[in-house]
Amino acid sequence: MEADTSLLRRLRGGDEQAFADLVARYNSSMLRLALSFVSSRAVAEEVVQDTWLAMLRGLDRFEERSSLRTWLFTILVNRARTTGVREARSVPVADAGPAVDASRFSPSGAWAVPPDHWVEEAENRVDAAKLSELLRGAMSLLPDRQREVVLLRDVEGLTSSEVCHVLAISEANQRVLLHRGRSKLRQALESELGGGQR
Amino acid sequence: MSLFSGLLHRRPRDLPCQQVVEIVTDYLEGALSAGERRRFEHHLAVCEHCTEYLAQIRETIRLTGRVTTEDLTPEMRTDLTDLYRRWRAEG
Repeated sequence: MEADTSLLRRLRGGDEQAFADLVARYNSSMLRLALSFVSSRAVAEEVVQDTWLAMLRGLDRFEERSSLRTWLFTILVNRARTTGVREARSVPVADAGPAVDASRFSPSGAWAVPPDHWVEEAENRVDAAKLSELLRGAMSLLPDRQREVVLLRDVEGLTSSEVCHVLAISEANQRVLLHRGRSKLRQALESELGGGQR
Repeated sequence: MSLFSGLLHRRPRDLPCQQVVEIVTDYLEGALSAGERRRFEHHLAVCEHCTEYLAQIRETIRLTGRVTTEDLTPEMRTDLTDLYRRWRAEG
């Protein structure tokens, strides 16, 4: 796969195919990210288009201190937030719920209802498409900020510092949001795949 | 027990499981202090349930990494080609 820096060089040289290649590489991720900020597909697509245009217009100024992907995501998040659809009701701190429901621990804090086994079963029993669907459903139920962090870290594979840059949040805040989000996804998998309750 | 006697009795106490599940992300992110990390790992060595829990979090991360993203529709591809050409015309 051609490196982003090389595609960028071709794009700056006026190569339309380089743009098409970048679109093929990042548009889906951008659309998904946009959908975590705005509720309609149409608005999300608009945000993505605005982002591409902003990228083209900013090409000369982009100094490649961050990766192209991080730059695109940062533009996108800023655009998505200015649409204001979700920003008004998204709170920058995480909800304070525990990673695992308190009822599953004894008063001493030891497991009373330990985690069901499902790790080995997950792939043997359930096909990848169904697991994907299950996780997509669970992600859609996460509070916005948690979903954004999980999406960028665990779906897109950005580093923690890239996520902090894109979302303009602190490392500590990023960790709390990631923790809450991952804990809920684990719970969703356990509820669905856990032993004996199917 | 007063705070003072609590300090006097300080030794590498075992972490309660309920606390372990709350610092699992800090552990994976390398955000625990050396002492916290030791206590965390010591707990895992003696607690199969928390070991299982950590394995499940790792598996959750792995499975989340395979969630497929939205498809690029042909319409969107066309729109973006148009967008590119309009931008070129701007210059």
